[in-house]
Amino acid sequence: MTATLNPRSANERREPATQPVRVGSGPLLSAATADLAEHHRRNGPMPWQDAAVRLIGVLETAGLTGRGGAGFPMWRKLASVGMAERTVVIGNAAEGEPGSAKDRTLLIHGPHLVLDGLQLAAEAVGAAEVYLYVGAGPAEQSARRALAERAATGWDRLPVTVVTAPDTFVSGEESAVVAAVEGRAALPRDRTVRVAERGVRGRPTLVQNVETLAHLALIARHGPHWFRQRGTAEEPGTFLATLGGAVPAPGVYEAAYGDRLDALLAQAGGPREPVRAVLVGGYHGAWVPGAELSRARMSRESLRPYGASPGAGVVIALPGSACGLTETARITSYLAEQSAGQCGPCVNGLPAMADALTRLAQGDRRPELVAWVERLTTLTEGRGACRHPDGTVRLVRSGLRVFSDEVRLHLSSRCTVIRPNENAPAQNRAGQNRSAQVPPEQGRGA
Amino acid sequence: MAEQVLHIDWTRCAGRGSCVELLPELLDRDPWGYPLARDGSREPVIPEHLVAHARRAAGYCPVLALKLRAPA
Repeated sequence: MTATLNPRSANERREPATQPVRVGSGPLLSAATADLAEHHRRNGPMPWQDAAVRLIGVLETAGLTGRGGAGFPMWRKLASVGMAERTVVIGNAAEGEPGSAKDRTLLIHGPHLVLDGLQLAAEAVGAAEVYLYVGAGPAEQSARRALAERAATGWDRLPVTVVTAPDTFVSGEESAVVAAVEGRAALPRDRTVRVAERGVRGRPTLVQNVETLAHLALIARHGPHWFRQRGTAEEPGTFLATLGGAVPAPGVYEAAYGDRLDALLAQAGGPREPVRAVLVGGYHGAWVPGAELSRARMSRESLRPYGASPGAGVVIALPGSACGLTETARITSYLAEQSAGQCGPCVNGLPAMADALTRLAQGDRRPELVAWVERLTTLTEGRGACRHPDGTVRLVRSGLRVFSDEVRLHLSSRCTVIRPNENAPAQNRAGQNRSAQVPPEQGRGA
Repeated sequence: MAEQVLHIDWTRCAGRGSCVELLPELLDRDPWGYPLARDGSREPVIPEHLVAHARRAAGYCPVLALKLRAPA
């Protein structure tokens, strides 16, 4: 199986971290500073001390939702965890998504907003333990520096323990976060009870994305109505977007829910060339055709027809010179590689999907391959401890739908936009090593 | 008796297949040998007349990956 995996994917994880990241502006990004004295000047002291429990009502009015991808209302999470005793709060900055750089960028440029939000959330639920979970590198260093500064000035009431997140796609999944904080491998776990009820060492646990915490720090200072000045009535506020692909200035920008996709891409200098499609929501997201960019908006409602959602704000522009099928196959191969290797349907189904898509992309013309991929999506969906198989299925189905013309083109002759990957193993190229049947069942690997 | 569903711990399931043999009304085998809910759901509802069979299937699972539980 490994022969079919794209050799580029091994280096892929490093891309966002090594590229210079441009940072835009907005209510959140403009309030961000790495220096505590400057943070105090710009944003004032810690608000709401001793009354943080009231924040739950304020958050309900503000309508702040999680910025980690799922978009769950924060006040509900706080309310359900806050009923219990000896709770645990974790700020989650594990950013395994290759297309996303906003969480580490925020920690580098504005760690104090995140840490203020973490303190407030911890006070609101009366937390006994507080953690910051972050991948090794400049973001972790920035957070540690900021924590030391705050400790020296007595800014924080609750001590924060930094836990290093491994550099894997699934390390930020809620149950994997809990496992890592418990000192075990950061792998998703089978759950029959929610983490909010039973998380770290059996304690009710709040796992909250760090950008969400930063918004909380500003809402606590400026109020819910200030927050609602941007965004839509259903999805208020701004969010951080990581814009990448065929744009002149990839980076982290701030936008409002409801912004049109073309306006969002304009922040990064607009597309360099006509865009074939835009991947919204990252590698677990879905494609929006290039022709729709002036209609589609960054809101749940507007993106629903495409099977997409704003997710964690990742938007990647696929240039007109690239093949959507090839790109979908490449991402699927990457996601297959990033399976935690625990659940049989994911271990077997994801590589099989990647293999069939790669064959199609590289010129294998058997039409039954398409039906096989579709069958694999139903065999994989909903059959894992975490949502990694489901996210992969979302991307694959979207690729087959949005690039159906390209799929037809590949089946009839060959793709006109791109050469088969020169780096791919020779036996996978068109015309060679074709078995008579659709790729059959793979061996078990769980 | 309250309605129950069949929960599979996929991190444990090794595809031994005993549940598929003991509960063919609810489970099929996927191409790799893992149990596949016939109704396509995440956690198939167990009809009352099959509860005893489902319990037996859970008990016979060599890696204890099967559980009966209240719907989420």
